[in-house]
Amino acid sequence: MSATAHSVIEPTARERRFAATLIVIYALVTMLPLVWIFMTSLKTPQDSISYPPKVVFGPTLEGYVNLFTTRTRQTPEYMASLPPPETWWDELVRSRNMVIAGPSKFGERFLNSVIIGFGSTFLTIFLGTLAAYAFSRFRVPLKDDLLFFILSTRMMPPVAVAIPIFLMYRQLGLSDTHLGMILLYTAVNLSLAVWLLKGFMDEIPREYEEAAMIDGYTRLQAFRKVVLPQATTGIAATAIFCLIFAWNEYAFALLLTSGTAQTAPPFIPTIIGEGGLDWPAVAAGATLFLLPVLVFTILLRKHLLRGITFGAVRK
Amino acid sequence: MARSTPIDRVAHRAAAATPPHLRARVRGISDRAVAWVFIAPTIALLLAINIFPLLWTVYLSFTNYRANRPNREVEWVGTRNYERVLTDGDIWHTLQVTAHFVCWTLALQVLIGFTLAWLINRNFRGHGFWTTVIVLPMMLSPAVVGNFWTFLYQPQIGLFNYVVAFFSGVDPSSFSMIGSVHLAPWAIIIVDTWMWTPFVMLICLAGLRSIPEYLYEAAEVDRASPTRQFWTITVPMVLPFLMLAVLFRGIENFKMFDLVVELTSGGPGSVTELASINLKREAFEKWRTGYASAFAIVLFVTVFGLASIYVKALNRVKDR
Repeated sequence: MSATAHSVIEPTARERRFAATLIVIYALVTMLPLVWIFMTSLKTPQDSISYPPKVVFGPTLEGYVNLFTTRTRQTPEYMASLPPPETWWDELVRSRNMVIAGPSKFGERFLNSVIIGFGSTFLTIFLGTLAAYAFSRFRVPLKDDLLFFILSTRMMPPVAVAIPIFLMYRQLGLSDTHLGMILLYTAVNLSLAVWLLKGFMDEIPREYEEAAMIDGYTRLQAFRKVVLPQATTGIAATAIFCLIFAWNEYAFALLLTSGTAQTAPPFIPTIIGEGGLDWPAVAAGATLFLLPVLVFTILLRKHLLRGITFGAVRK
Repeated sequence: MARSTPIDRVAHRAAAATPPHLRARVRGISDRAVAWVFIAPTIALLLAINIFPLLWTVYLSFTNYRANRPNREVEWVGTRNYERVLTDGDIWHTLQVTAHFVCWTLALQVLIGFTLAWLINRNFRGHGFWTTVIVLPMMLSPAVVGNFWTFLYQPQIGLFNYVVAFFSGVDPSSFSMIGSVHLAPWAIIIVDTWMWTPFVMLICLAGLRSIPEYLYEAAEVDRASPTRQFWTITVPMVLPFLMLAVLFRGIENFKMFDLVVELTSGGPGSVTELASINLKREAFEKWRTGYASAFAIVLFVTVFGLASIYVKALNRVKDR
């Protein structure tokens, strides 16, 4: 490589190797807890609490079976009187002198997370896109105050907001309902969504719509057919943020739901209580719950990373 | 594209000459109506679920209301709740715990986050991939991850203790990160730092990438040493970004709830009882709704005040 081929501040090959080594070490260390969750989910309860911690072990799906079922312990006589097991999971449970009593609540809680996550994301994006467009294009009285006010609502600790929401929802019959949680997460997400989306809308030149309107489009048609397609990337990035927030949210879910609308985050830690020291089942629940976000993050890393810094730098 | 027949041109000129209000009437809904229709639902929802509750909290903070006895008569108690909050030793203790947590997490995250960003900005091969790997923890559910860290922190069987023991030679069952009064505050700082350093890193990275190259080239021409370049170009240029990251993390950690509840739930004793956790106990376990509301307002005013002062300082740095 000749000296003139790169600029004067280009790092040398040695500097690069040094930086790469440190970064890779940090990345591997930071991944260790996540790898450990996954490994624990494939261990037997005995293996999961052995000392020294086991790195090599015979993998089993016992944790996942325990996650999705409730089991009862039976006497050897009763176990002997049963007909032969029909499925591999029956067999696995019976080898522990237990029989499956029924499904656990994990499936329901996971489904609640999906319904509330997607429901609130959809609603946030719908309302947020409209509001962001209006803030971006029209002269709205008190615009700056409104925008700041929208953002300042995020400074309240969630527990503080939960007190009156709890009372209000009790009056309206919205406690522990999907609708109540969807509305709540939408309200929390809207502030950030409007800010992010307004940023994306500001980047689309006004001339596009104006040209379309001269061609005979109405304002609404111009919005739908010209602005929306241009803003798709920004809308998608914002949607992912809202989805991840709703998916991970814990405080409101803990305080405002207890049964029908409870999401997975407050539920997963309680798995341990049902079966004593059943860490593989907790790890299995955590793995299934964290995996979609990991996959999303890796697939959409470009938009996500841009979104994080973009949102930060804008605000 | 341009089909400029004479008729089109006339039509365009006519359209351009029509006064806006007439044009709007011809096209149906006016822009102002569109603006209000677009904004109204958002404002309505925020009013219902953000502002109304906030006002209600203010009202409750002046009463002796208890949410577990909705039928009891509500008495107006004036500023008594506030007096009790501000003189309560437990509250001051939780604020101290919170301050310790916020200061140390910010210090560590700024230090590590900036270093990582600086290293990634060397643009070695595969830096994009490794950035994604480093970012993963901050995308995950703090409650679920925090809960699992209690397993990693188990004396004897936990991975964390094992790794520490492996490198330092102490007995892994001799210390308990979440059971010890001295170690528990550090246990939550470690997990928060593990989780949120990537956020600071990403914002620093954006700052580093925003520095124009000609500054370094000019410095090189002037024969400034790399150390000098770092302190006179890199640091001042990244500082506004770094301060922004500190603002966001500061606000978030002042409100911290999910991660620490699942990790230590405030214990042992109350050495990790952050403000939010104390608030939850007062409001949803002791059901002192009025008192908790007053505490909530005090917290909100504190965060808001500190953030406003900080933003002023930030703007001064930006303008410099």
